[in-house]
Amino acid sequence: MNWNFIIFSLVKIAIAIGVVQGIVMYSVLAERKISAWIQDRVGPNRTAPPFAKFIPVVGPFLTRLGIFQPLADGLKFLVKEDFTPAGVKKIYFWLAPALSVIPAMLTIAVIPFGSQMGAQKMVIADLNVGILYTFGIVSMGVYGIVLAGYAANSKYPFFGGIRSSAQMISYEISMGMSVIPVLLIVGNLNLSQIIGWQSGHGWLVAYAPLSFIIFMVASFAETNRTPFDLPEAETELVGGYHTEYSSMKFALFFLAEYSNMVASSAMMVTLFFGGWTLPFWGLDQPAQSLAMGIVQIFVFLAKMLFFMVVFIWVRWMFPRFRYDQLMDLGWRRFLPLALVNILITAVWLWIRS
Amino acid sequence: MAITVNRKPLTFWEKLYLPAIVGGLKVTLKHAYNTLFKGKVVTMEYPEQKWTLPAGYRGAPYLVKDQDNNTKCVSCQLCEFVCPPKAIRITPPGQSGQKADRANAEKMPAEFEINMLRCIYCGFCQEVCPEEAIFLQKDYSLTGTSREEMIYNKEKLLSLGGVSPGIQKWKLKLDEAKAQENFPVKL
Repeated sequence: MNWNFIIFSLVKIAIAIGVVQGIVMYSVLAERKISAWIQDRVGPNRTAPPFAKFIPVVGPFLTRLGIFQPLADGLKFLVKEDFTPAGVKKIYFWLAPALSVIPAMLTIAVIPFGSQMGAQKMVIADLNVGILYTFGIVSMGVYGIVLAGYAANSKYPFFGGIRSSAQMISYEISMGMSVIPVLLIVGNLNLSQIIGWQSGHGWLVAYAPLSFIIFMVASFAETNRTPFDLPEAETELVGGYHTEYSSMKFALFFLAEYSNMVASSAMMVTLFFGGWTLPFWGLDQPAQSLAMGIVQIFVFLAKMLFFMVVFIWVRWMFPRFRYDQLMDLGWRRFLPLALVNILITAVWLWIRS
Repeated sequence: MAITVNRKPLTFWEKLYLPAIVGGLKVTLKHAYNTLFKGKVVTMEYPEQKWTLPAGYRGAPYLVKDQDNNTKCVSCQLCEFVCPPKAIRITPPGQSGQKADRANAEKMPAEFEINMLRCIYCGFCQEVCPEEAIFLQKDYSLTGTSREEMIYNKEKLLSLGGVSPGIQKWKLKLDEAKAQENFPVKL
């Protein structure tokens, strides 16, 4: 433990959290814009600070693109009245938003978002049990939602909480099972090593496509996105677990949902799509120069943003699953499928060795 | 009698859901592409773009002038009486008041106010007016910063109303009366 390590770690943490928050802010805008385009609409195109109209061409263009919308949204959340309903269980009510944000942010710690810049590895914590850590943290996210549902002392949030606990616990199992073939193939739990293996052998999605599909669907369920958005289910449960929340506490739930999306996109990229590597221009080796290091970070971000767009894109074509269909899909389809997938991979590896 | 709906069992591909998912993604992508690059939007950007109003649209009621730029209203107060939300308030000139500004009228209102916050655009005033002096026109977006501002007075109503389309007094009513006489078609 030396000062160098502490300083660089703090800088990396600050930058990572800042970037994730930025992505979260603008993925809300992306969600609104993409949904608008899919539904033949225009989307947010008015919000602008007063000086925007004095910038020629660029100002109106950015306004039309809605670039300033997230700032307005953020301000709105900050200045809104933070209302606490009379019947809530106060401690849990205050604890729940924090409990759902913290795990979402913690997951990012082990994800290698670049190879190296100088002597610094572009990962906050290069754990040798990276995947296990991620699963451990992600499964904590359910407490925030369940607690929110319980603390609100109201029927709809309670339903949301119950649904969420069942859904997230069920899909965690398929999710964990789906990653085991990856671990069998690579033989390592460290995420950096998994990326290193992929730069030598090609992306893991080609080796374990079934794993990828199960992992992707499970991560949709884990992040409470459509078609698995039963915990919020606006049309059935008003707002689901965050019905009684307002102002910044509500914004924290929002933040948690999108941070979870960021985290699971990053996990998908790391596990199945080679992380920061690209198979050409020498981008598949750890960077020697500073510029290459930056390029690799942008490669990682680009891949991750692609999956973010997929998350948003899928939302506008699926109806929501019914509760029993959700359980059926989780337990009777994906779990056996994941187990068979493990078996096949194991047998294949045994034959090859 | 109950009707049994014949439901085909799903084929293997249909059970997989994947072809349907890919199909759905294609549809949404096509829509996004059309909106983004071909400008096929179904929405209208309201304050800049406005829809064309159909003939006979009932907007805000305004007073009109005749072809000689005189006030047509003769302060009969029929519209005031008929107005369901009591939005119209007419101050008659009184016995020693101002004379009408046209030759064939006895009087004209000293003040004519319509409270646009109360008006429900029903068109009764237009229907009841014997002088064809008030018409529902095509304004629908009336705004103001205070309640007082939304009470339109005579000058404002006249300047907004313009010159009436139906100039000849009684002509329309006469035609209507004739039509009534002939209504059950005589053999």
